Amino acid sequence: MKKRAVIQKKNCVACGCCVKVCPRSAISVPLGIHAEIDYGLCVGCGKCVKECPASIITLEVTDS
Amino acid sequence: MKQKKKWYDFLWIVSLTYLILGFFNILFAWLGLLCFFIPLIISITKGNKAYCNRYCGRGQLFSVLGGRFGLSRKKDIPKWMKSAWFRYGFLIFFFIMFFQMLWNTFLVFEGTRDLKEIVTLLWTFKIPWHWAYHGTLFSKGAAQFAFGFYSVMLTSTVLGFLTMILFKPRSWCVYCPMGTMTQLICKAKNHSRTTLQK
Repeated sequence: MKKRAVIQKKNCVACGCCVKVCPRSAISVPLGIHAEIDYGLCVGCGKCVKECPASIITLEVTDS
Repeated sequence: MKQKKKWYDFLWIVSLTYLILGFFNILFAWLGLLCFFIPLIISITKGNKAYCNRYCGRGQLFSVLGGRFGLSRKKDIPKWMKSAWFRYGFLIFFFIMFFQMLWNTFLVFEGTRDLKEIVTLLWTFKIPWHWAYHGTLFSKGAAQFAFGFYSVMLTSTVLGFLTMILFKPRSWCVYCPMGTMTQLICKAKNHSRTTLQK
């Protein structure tokens, strides 16, 4: 069962806490509006989910 | 694999030093303007939130206290605190209080009002702060601004500290007026780019 992190972009405050904890450098805040996840790198470890101060990141099960 | 620490990962020391200096000489409060202008300049010129993402010492301080020192319950922040109306409402409230502080500074500068050697916490509680005032080479208004600005910085630290304990370490970032403002600037600046992408 593969997992991946999903961001609720509408409520993202673009603070970058998730960027700091991501062990694979899969997250960035390119335009200062919301975070973006590179799904080529995300392994669904859930560190960003725990860190996010707004609690808007969730882990989702992917079929692939 | 842990990410290697960079020089800017230690800016929490600068933030802590700033708060301590305010107990010794209130005029150091002027340095806090850096925390206002640097994020604004970065967001206006670069169109990103590199300040929040990398350099914000305040956020790092909460991260250290709430994370490493374990002073945070690490619970989810209530829904209303991350809602747009609360974030924008808090920004407007902060702005009003800030301009009121500037007005008070102006009155002292002009000589209409006497210098008040107090720090106002949470816009309500007036704390005597005379021990940190040793006169000023400039106008009394410069000292009044220092007291007012330090009040703003201390108030936001106290609020951030409370939400750090109750919720996640960096809960302050969710409703930080500077963060909301720089995000708005980024939205305006990158509007064409984001709409083109969609």
